Amino acid sequence: MKRHVVAIGQGLALGLLALADIVLIALSLVTAMLTGLGMIFVFTPTIRLIRRRTMLARELTGRWLGTPVAPSYLPPPPPPRPQPDGWYRHERQLYKTPRWPEWNNRWKWLFTDPATWRDGLWLFLNPVAGTFLLLPFAVAGCFLAAPWYPNPVATPAAAVAALATVIAMPWLLRGYGWWNHLLLSPTARSVLAGRVQRLDRVRLEAADSQAAELRRIERDLHDGAQARLVAMGMTLGAVEELMDRDPAAAKALLAKVREASSTALTELRGLVRGIHPPVLAERGLGDAVRALALDSPMKVTVTVDLKTRPESPVESAAYFSISELLTNAARHGGAERVWIDISRQDRTLRVTVTDDGSGGADPSRGSGLRGIERRLAAFDGVLAISSPPGGPTTAIIDLPDALTWSEPETKVPMPRWKLVVVGLGWGLGWLPLFPQGLVTMVAKLAGADAFSWFLALYLPGPWQWPMIVFNILLGLGMYGAALALPIAHARRHSMTENTIRSLKLDR
Amino acid sequence: MSPRVVIAEDLYLLREGLVHLLQAHGFEVVAAVESGPELLTALTGERPDVAVVDVRLPPTFTDEGLQAALAARRAVPGLPVLVLSQHVEQLYARELLADGSGAIGYLLKDRVFNAEQFVDAVRRVAAGGTAMDPEVIAKLLASTARHEPLGALTPREREVLELMAEGRSNAAISQRLFLSESAVGKHTASIFGKLGLAPSDDDNRRVLAVLTYLNAARSQP
Repeated sequence: MKRHVVAIGQGLALGLLALADIVLIALSLVTAMLTGLGMIFVFTPTIRLIRRRTMLARELTGRWLGTPVAPSYLPPPPPPRPQPDGWYRHERQLYKTPRWPEWNNRWKWLFTDPATWRDGLWLFLNPVAGTFLLLPFAVAGCFLAAPWYPNPVATPAAAVAALATVIAMPWLLRGYGWWNHLLLSPTARSVLAGRVQRLDRVRLEAADSQAAELRRIERDLHDGAQARLVAMGMTLGAVEELMDRDPAAAKALLAKVREASSTALTELRGLVRGIHPPVLAERGLGDAVRALALDSPMKVTVTVDLKTRPESPVESAAYFSISELLTNAARHGGAERVWIDISRQDRTLRVTVTDDGSGGADPSRGSGLRGIERRLAAFDGVLAISSPPGGPTTAIIDLPDALTWSEPETKVPMPRWKLVVVGLGWGLGWLPLFPQGLVTMVAKLAGADAFSWFLALYLPGPWQWPMIVFNILLGLGMYGAALALPIAHARRHSMTENTIRSLKLDR
Repeated sequence: MSPRVVIAEDLYLLREGLVHLLQAHGFEVVAAVESGPELLTALTGERPDVAVVDVRLPPTFTDEGLQAALAARRAVPGLPVLVLSQHVEQLYARELLADGSGAIGYLLKDRVFNAEQFVDAVRRVAAGGTAMDPEVIAKLLASTARHEPLGALTPREREVLELMAEGRSNAAISQRLFLSESAVGKHTASIFGKLGLAPSDDDNRRVLAVLTYLNAARSQP
């Protein structure tokens, strides 16, 4: 009952709102006219107004009708960037301030976005849709006003109409929600456009951080190992000179060379650890994190539940993210104990890092956390942090589809009863089909009914043919079952697999 | 009779270098192999007095050598193995020491540069002793340092503990630290007292006790 009352209230509100849109329609008609006359400056604010109205409709559809509608607009244009000479360029014009190019970009963005025109269509037709919502109220109102007229049918009709309104309202609302979805929800194109833009950004960031990483490695090699090798070569040259004249000095120099080579190796080891830790290459994520835990001054508990190794880049991203989180916990959180849990949820690799530190970690401020997010973004991964002041801090890393391709094919074995049926079919199907079925039929047609092993021929006359047909059908059925069951099993299994995969893609 | 050695190393130059080095110091190299499966066959077939093994070997280039060494030690308990690697991990050290039978070495490849010390380590392992890389010990101590009662050790005692954990005898420690052997003996007794361990004269049992202690100190909550 309460549901219906609420529905009636909502229907009334949405219907009246839709009627009020007539004002907006009038306004946009004026705007269209003015724009046509060249006064395009009125276009942008009107479109913004309409967008505000449709955003409200989307929100109400989500909140009242239970089916949220996502905005469908193309992403806004990036702010104009000055040229090296400080001017702003828009097509063939140069501007001193970013105002005009920005305005132009905005205008173009609004004008070329198909969602703008879909919004417009929705606005023009919405009062009609709203009328349907209001129709029951109108009918009920008419009949409620009727008792003032002398009409014997009016009062019961009014009651029926009111009742019908109450019952029909949820259906009408559902229809209205569908109408909103039809024009206001994102099209496949706008979804793709958004995704492309996001991927563009991620790619740029990944390329940036990769380039920075390479620069760092180059610098480290240049200043470290390379320089040391040069020095070693020079010292060895000196040793060659000194060998005959001053063997003692040569020997001392050789000791220095050995020392330098050792230092160079230590530096290279550190560098390699930063690029791709050897344990990670040798043992995979689980043991690499265990090794990390052993080297940490905190007490770190690691639990790993992974049967397969993720792809190497994903593994590496997860490893360095965990490493960074551990460093943060020790440095900023002052944690004593840390719990790391690595597990899989479907095809998602999930890492949970919890510490008993003082909390208050904020991804928007810590550059370390930003770095982790960037690292994960390249794999569609996300970092979620819960860190109330006073702790504890929990960080959850989700890397979706990290385990898709490395997962071995899981074969669901057939249940035992199916195996028994298949075995019986192949093993005994011949028995009813041939000797007791087809051969008996031939024998009966030939009129030779003296063969003692044709069981059907022992039956009384009228039962003989049904028995033969039954035997043939039984034999065919057994073979059919033996053939069909494994096929059906395999198909159903692969279908669930594919459905899961396609659902993943949809999301 | 010279000790019999099996060498496993995939880089030709390094393998030949090791062969020459050990032959020059009076070892008999019975096999020099370059892959994990070969190593396992050589270890269980030849039963050498000591094996010098690189962690990363073909065919997978992961921790093939370590796995082969561990498998061989399961088949032949206490088979002396000295593991060499470009990097040292506490994780691997723990796995090597886990069976508690000693005769284990775990060193960085750089340690080969100092021939005497390296050969000394090989001999120690062959004799059933332990040779842990100083870097492993340093990491172990660094990550255990905050926990009691290691904090109660004096700096000198820590130095002695580090050398002891590497697997060195009292004589070697005294030489290293320019102390008399009796002074080292006093230090070790004091360390064992502070850590609550039963004192022992057997170098190897002593090392294992210390390493086990350090590992335990880390892993308990």
